[in-house]
Order: sequence, then structure tokens, then C-alpha cells
Amino acid sequence: MGKDNRVQAGKIAWLGVMASLGVLCGYIEYLIPVSAAFPGIKLGICNIVILTVLYLSGWKEAAAVSIVRILLIGFMFGSLSSILYSLGGTVCSLSVMAILKRTNFFRVVGVSAAGGVFHEVGQILIAALIVKGFPLLWYLPILMIAGLICGTVIGFLSGAILLRIPKNV
Amino acid sequence: MNAAKRKGLIGKSDIILILVLLLASLSIFAVHTIMSSQGSSALCRITVNGELYGTYELGRDQTIDIDHTNVCTIRDGKVKMISANCPDQICVDSIAVSRNGESIVCLPNRIVITIVGAGESAEYDTIAS
Repeated sequence: MGKDNRVQAGKIAWLGVMASLGVLCGYIEYLIPVSAAFPGIKLGICNIVILTVLYLSGWKEAAAVSIVRILLIGFMFGSLSSILYSLGGTVCSLSVMAILKRTNFFRVVGVSAAGGVFHEVGQILIAALIVKGFPLLWYLPILMIAGLICGTVIGFLSGAILLRIPKNV
Repeated sequence: MNAAKRKGLIGKSDIILILVLLLASLSIFAVHTIMSSQGSSALCRITVNGELYGTYELGRDQTIDIDHTNVCTIRDGKVKMISANCPDQICVDSIAVSRNGESIVCLPNRIVITIVGAGESAEYDTIAS
């Protein structure tokens, strides 16, 4: 029982560190607006943290860290609509990444690239739900290609980090 | 991550996945471009909360107040949102739109501005005039 508690506490501490790293990445992203003319395009450096948690702990832990991160970032720098966009994007992207990872057929770069693309799909779906229609369909390919490029780069970065972290943290 | 160390970060299946995703985005773009190229873009349609607010000619330069929350302008055939009362200003940052099917969305106020062809919105002509 004592050992169990210690393991549990260690996990909570680890996820807490990851969540705060996620918030930090979000702050850095907030400081670097990638493109003002194309809202929605972000570097996605937060996904380094989410991918790390996904690979080292699992999808449930990754989802928990994501939600904490989005709410904190949203209340600090964003608005209700930015929280909704992020949540939609994360639900979409994390489900796709977890499924692709589970197939054991793809490596971290492929998983991350797909995650980047589906983050954008999720954002467009949220917009579609709220305004009742698909007005942003024309904008989707622009976002998808940006997500693909950023996701691939982020995949290489996350992979490099994963190689250097011991598996049992 | 011994597995990753052994196998590397990217494999053949990842490259195929990336290419498929690229192809998917390009085909959405192509389909949308082909579909919207039919007919000239002549009007901009504004909806609030899914309901039509008004249809405006792109040819005539004007400033439109939408529900006292947002203001957009039509200039040189292009529509641009110039102000919004929401905190995130995503719609104000969006690029000016002029081609069929392009749109600007203000999520907090549920406003959608869409460029439509002359024939496409014949049903709204009475409201527009």
C-alpha cells in the first residue's frame, strides 16, 4: 500500500510538471504570433509535451494534461472561443494520435504529423458547430498543410526528447 | 524508448501517412476551388446565428454595421472585418475575402460573412433590396 501511494504521488508530480511545461509552451506560443493574417495557425510546441506524456504514460494522462493546459492558458491569455477552439482541436488530434500510436504501425513523426492536421480539423468542426454550417471549409486546406508541416517538425523534436528520457519516470 | 532508438523516428509508413494527409488537403482545396469557381462572386452574405442578416453587393464600397457588435467594410470588391467587440479579434485579423466560398467567421458573435455568386443567392434578393 505504501509503495502504491508513492507510485501514485510520483505520477501526480510527473503529470503536474508536464502540465506546467505545457502552460509554459502555450505562453511561448502566445508571444510568437506565427501569422496574423491566418488565424488558427500555431507552431504547436505544446504538442511536444502532449506527445511525451502520450508515449511515456498513456492517452488518459495525455488527455488530462491537455485539458488542464487548455483551461489555464485560456483563462490567462485567451477567451471562451479560444478555449473552445483548442478543446475541439485537442479532442480530435489526441484521439487520432492515440489510435495511430496503438496500431504500432507508425512512429512518432507520423503520429505527430497526423495530430497536427487533425488539430486543425477539430478547430474547423467547432466553428461549424457554433455557427451552424461549414463556412470555413475553404480555409481548412491552408490550416491542414500548416498543421502537417508544424506537426512533422514537432514530431522530430518530440522523438529527440523521447530518446533522452528514461522510460520509467 | 529503446524501440524508438532501434527503429528511428520516421519510417516508410510515416512518410506514406504524411503524403496521404498532404494529398487529402490538396484535394479538399481542389474540390472547393472547382466548386466555387462557377459563377462570378458578386455578393457577400452575412448571417448571424445561422440566420440571414443581409446580402450586399461587392461592387459598391460600403461599411456595414452588423448587429452593433461587428463592423465590416467592402472596398475594391473585398470584404474585411474591421472591428469586433470580442476579446480575441480573430475575425479582425482574418485576411480580406473576395472569391466565391471564402468566408470570415466571428465565433463569439456567431457571425459568418460568405462570398457568394450572383445566381447562388437569388432567393435572398428580396431581402437584399
